[in-house]
Amino acid sequence: MKDLSGWGRYPRLYGPLATAQTAEAATRLTASAPGVVARGLGRAYGDAAIGRERTLAAPGLDRLKGFDAETGLLRAEAGVSLHDILTTFVPRGFFPPVVPGTRFVTLGGMIASDVHGKNQHNEGTFGEHVEVLSLALPDGRTIRCGRNENPELFRATIGGMGLTGTILDASFRLRRVETGWIRQTTSVAENLSEAIALLGRTSGATYTVAWIDVLARGTSLGRSLILEGEHAGRDELEPRQVPFPPARTGRFGVPFDMPGGLLNARTVSAFNALYYRKGARRAGQTTLVPWDSYFFPLDGIARWNRIYGPHGFVQHQCVIPEARAEAVLSAMLDRLSETGTGSFLAVLKRLRAGTGLMSFPMDGLTLALDIPVSERRLALMAEIDGLVSDAGGRLYLAKDACQSRDTFEAGYPNIAAFREVRRDAGVFEHMSSKQSERLGL
Amino acid sequence: MSDAPAQSVLVLGGTSDIGRAVASAYAAKGWQVTLAARDAKAAAREAADLTARRDTSRIETRSLDILDTDAFRGFLDGLPALPDTVICVVGAMGEQARAERDPVHAAEVLRTNFEGPALFLEAVAGRFAARGRGLIVGISSVAGDRGRATNYVYGAGKAGFTAYLSGLRNRLAKGGVHVATIKPGFVRTRMTEGMDLPGPLTATPATVAERIVALEERPRDVVYILRRWRLVMLIIRAIPEAIFKKLKL
Repeated sequence: MKDLSGWGRYPRLYGPLATAQTAEAATRLTASAPGVVARGLGRAYGDAAIGRERTLAAPGLDRLKGFDAETGLLRAEAGVSLHDILTTFVPRGFFPPVVPGTRFVTLGGMIASDVHGKNQHNEGTFGEHVEVLSLALPDGRTIRCGRNENPELFRATIGGMGLTGTILDASFRLRRVETGWIRQTTSVAENLSEAIALLGRTSGATYTVAWIDVLARGTSLGRSLILEGEHAGRDELEPRQVPFPPARTGRFGVPFDMPGGLLNARTVSAFNALYYRKGARRAGQTTLVPWDSYFFPLDGIARWNRIYGPHGFVQHQCVIPEARAEAVLSAMLDRLSETGTGSFLAVLKRLRAGTGLMSFPMDGLTLALDIPVSERRLALMAEIDGLVSDAGGRLYLAKDACQSRDTFEAGYPNIAAFREVRRDAGVFEHMSSKQSERLGL
Repeated sequence: MSDAPAQSVLVLGGTSDIGRAVASAYAAKGWQVTLAARDAKAAAREAADLTARRDTSRIETRSLDILDTDAFRGFLDGLPALPDTVICVVGAMGEQARAERDPVHAAEVLRTNFEGPALFLEAVAGRFAARGRGLIVGISSVAGDRGRATNYVYGAGKAGFTAYLSGLRNRLAKGGVHVATIKPGFVRTRMTEGMDLPGPLTATPATVAERIVALEERPRDVVYILRRWRLVMLIIRAIPEAIFKKLKL
């Protein structure tokens, strides 16, 4: 039995792990017994990548299948990591169309979770850029899906949490970039409505995201730093700057669980205030930042999930429809700061509707925050989930560990259609995770 | 593009984790790489991967069964040119307990680790000697340094291979052909997956590949990938047999 707990290490779950080195083996293991789901690098926060009976890992499914430098089209096996893709192609002047907040995810995982990044308002989710994928089905067949080939299964697989079959490979197009540097501009929002307005005003930027101080109260409630980014051109670099800086390797790590009490309202609030003031001093300035620290600030710290202590944490990420966003987010922040439930690096961002049947984004604003687990905080989250539901919002399945079935069903009106596609493809009982069991996916 | 012909390397066992890392390291240096493996489909998969990773990769695949010793000469004659370097990564751990019961399995382990690789490199050696230049690299094992109850069939195959490489090196030393014996120690690969390997004595395939490519600049005879293995094996070899036979290692 292996520890299969997600990145948040809540809930703690153990189970058998079957390992495949090739597509043939992954296909065979998918078909061999029901209650299975594929797992990539284990970065889903909760119980999404843990099979009901058995979990399928395919660490050897990490080969590239082909790359066309003219068009940027990359074909790769599903276990290839984003880290591998970036370190292979950034030095050649290519960048993925969409990257999430960590590079330690697999191609298959990015499709199954239909991940988004700081350019979601322009480019949509990762799934929108996938051209074709292959899926292993419970009956031992492998089929190709794309917008013109099995389009319904394709649409259900994008954001389908691995529940339509095991993704074996996929293709998508990389973009040309002149350098591996990002030109970052910081601006300050004194409160939530300013932050929302600024995110709207900066939507012309390629990348834009707000870091929000969850613990600020009163008139400062929702104070934020808005970080805009653009791929820098060759002519913007100083002569000493190499065009494609290499990725940092994790020199720093968290070697053990930090004591739970170390992160309390006081320490987090002091950290956040410091971060805010430091950022505010850079307001209006433009700096060049290497690609890895711009997109993946936490990847520099190995096993950072241990800072939240042995009980683990939950990442709460919701999206609230535009019209209700300010009122609901403000109510949420009120409750969080009232109860001293702080979070490092809470992120606020504008999203546009996704295209997958079960994709997370909708037209509105998303807020993501880390919450260390305790009984009291789980109750607080249930309360906040109620606010999300009432506003017509939803929670991100890749992060979810504890939402209720009601919250889930209210948030994902396409669930009936998703179940139908699953039944039609003959995968309904077979492809199944702890999460799908919990939520009735 | 430069018109000078690239140097070329032939990797036997090109679909193993070490073979793949070696091929990648040579491709990164701009060498023309030929992967030889029994499983043509697996070889094609590795070639596609290496080709996609670099604009400049030149990768070919050939199919070769290391137990089909009669095919070796034809295989070498069929290559467009004699490679500058030949690296043999072929090997199979087999199952010791099964090898004790099943002579067919034992013979296969012995032949895969010793007979096949030795005879193939013998065929290469003659051609390299005639040319007066070349590098031969054989991946042997610390398991061949002394027979142990837990893996002596594999170990004996590797011991034979180590002795063969040593003899080839001795024979070719004056003729401009160099022979290197690599003893990787523990390496984190598919072959050792699930084993509880001691971190300080365990290398990665990439490290093995790095040390092999370094031989092109600075030839060495016997290479323990992690230097501390040399000391470990020195001690293990020094234990008197009367004591050694009672140990559980």
